[in-house]
Amino acid sequence: MKGELLFFMQFFLSGLSMGSIYALVALGFVLIYKSTSILNLAQGEFLMVGAYFCLSLTIDFGLNFYASFAVTLIFSIVLGLLVERVVLRPLIGEPIISIIMVTLGLTYVLRGFVIMVWGNDIRQFNVFPQEPIDLWGVKLTYLYVWSMGISFFLLSVFALFFKYARTGIFMRAVADHQTAAQSMGISVKRVFAMSWCIAAVVSSIGGILVGNIAGVGVDLGYVGLKVLPAVIFGGLDSILGAIIGGLVVGILEFLSAGYLDPYIPAINEVFPFIVLVLVLMIKPYGLFGIEEIERV
Amino acid sequence: MLAVNNIEVIYDDVILVLKGLSLTVQDGQIVTLLGANGAGKTTTLKAISGLLKVEEGEVTDGTIEFFGKRIDHKAPEEIVKMGIFQVMEGRCVFENLTVHENLMAATRTLKDKKEIQRRYETVFHYFPHLKNLRGRLAGYLSGGEQQMLVIGRALMARTRLMLLDEPSLGLSPILVAEIFSILKRLNKEQQITMLLVEQNAHMALSIAEHGYVMENGKIVLDDDVEKLKENEDIKMFYLGLTERGTKRSYRDLKFYKRRKRWLT
Repeated sequence: MKGELLFFMQFFLSGLSMGSIYALVALGFVLIYKSTSILNLAQGEFLMVGAYFCLSLTIDFGLNFYASFAVTLIFSIVLGLLVERVVLRPLIGEPIISIIMVTLGLTYVLRGFVIMVWGNDIRQFNVFPQEPIDLWGVKLTYLYVWSMGISFFLLSVFALFFKYARTGIFMRAVADHQTAAQSMGISVKRVFAMSWCIAAVVSSIGGILVGNIAGVGVDLGYVGLKVLPAVIFGGLDSILGAIIGGLVVGILEFLSAGYLDPYIPAINEVFPFIVLVLVLMIKPYGLFGIEEIERV
Repeated sequence: MLAVNNIEVIYDDVILVLKGLSLTVQDGQIVTLLGANGAGKTTTLKAISGLLKVEEGEVTDGTIEFFGKRIDHKAPEEIVKMGIFQVMEGRCVFENLTVHENLMAATRTLKDKKEIQRRYETVFHYFPHLKNLRGRLAGYLSGGEQQMLVIGRALMARTRLMLLDEPSLGLSPILVAEIFSILKRLNKEQQITMLLVEQNAHMALSIAEHGYVMENGKIVLDDDVEKLKENEDIKMFYLGLTERGTKRSYRDLKFYKRRKRWLT
């Protein structure tokens, strides 16, 4: 490959890899929204806390990266459960808007907690080799390839889980009709807890991956902000939509950086949002959002 | 099997819906609960299945016992585990799940794969039509198919007492007849006891063995179905017949209201 195509592929693949991380975090968003109709604004902070926790284990405590990765996952399960139990369960039955406000409050609490424990500096992981792999001329660092691999693996695991595992079907049943699910013996509380757990886990995996790429800092919380358009883009309540939305946002971000940045600096930060607005003007439910099924 | 003793239900801490309601259901019976809109029939079912708690409702007095065990303070999922399954009003299928997934969603209380498979086959034995629709999204089924699916879900769980809330709602007479004949078969062949809430008193009295009539949160009549069918008040209010067996005229409406007031 050479010339134009190579240039395109370079940015496309980097974008795809970043997008796969967004997709992972978007999955967490959608899961919570689908089963509890809460928009979890603290998703980005989950991601940041996960990244800091893993970094701290690796660097401050000298643990092997993979070991600290595993410990972080356990930590995020606990974090997810804790947030659900302490912050959200007491609010079941309250108006949705006040619960969303509470998640906004949660972002500040988590952010403050991180600054209190780990300080304000941006720190680096430096665990993956820096030299790039050459894929037919496209140069990608190990990190990008790994991110893509891990994200796609997890996304397929979740896709299969929701399609075939009974627990996955229970979760979708609760999302579809809460009272009916309850009348069939599905514990809504447990499903809520599970959604928060999965959301926390996928976010911290996303956080660790982004943290490896961009360094770990409080700014990681803004990744959550970037995932929001991905989620809305795909339609808030569609898992498939979230994944595609995540990929599209990642790819748009990198392609706009490649092609438009020389003319309009830092356009890559805004470009995905511009496309989002355009998409929503044409399809208000997002690309894959569930329109109410109406039998005629 | 089921004994509801003198229960009181209050919604939202203020609205008293059931005022000392008692009823019993014997093992193997089909019992029907008749009454006008707003009499509290659905509330009674929800009090039994535990779904009341989800809706800010509360059993404030009296007891509900299932096989001698008190269930009025148990969570809905525990009650389902004990074998009580409510088929909710208005065909609450999971619209965005397929028929297959809808049935699987009802297996929360089961563990054994073989049992799940066996029950799955049983559902198609009673509703062969659903078999071809397995991959279809439930939201796109017709009303009759959805009602079958909802009853099918109850068969997937280990249901011993089925609480049916207006299974005839919005269905054509021929479908209603079909559904009711299947219910009767389920009662006989699968030994599922049923508590049936209905507006369609004709159909309900045709398959039930015992009937209760509710007015304003209380039971006002309670008898074997054969006797209920002969009862003048039932004939008048629920079957729409006069002594001569003809349709009533509008002129009698005043009498109807007066008589009903007297009943409550």
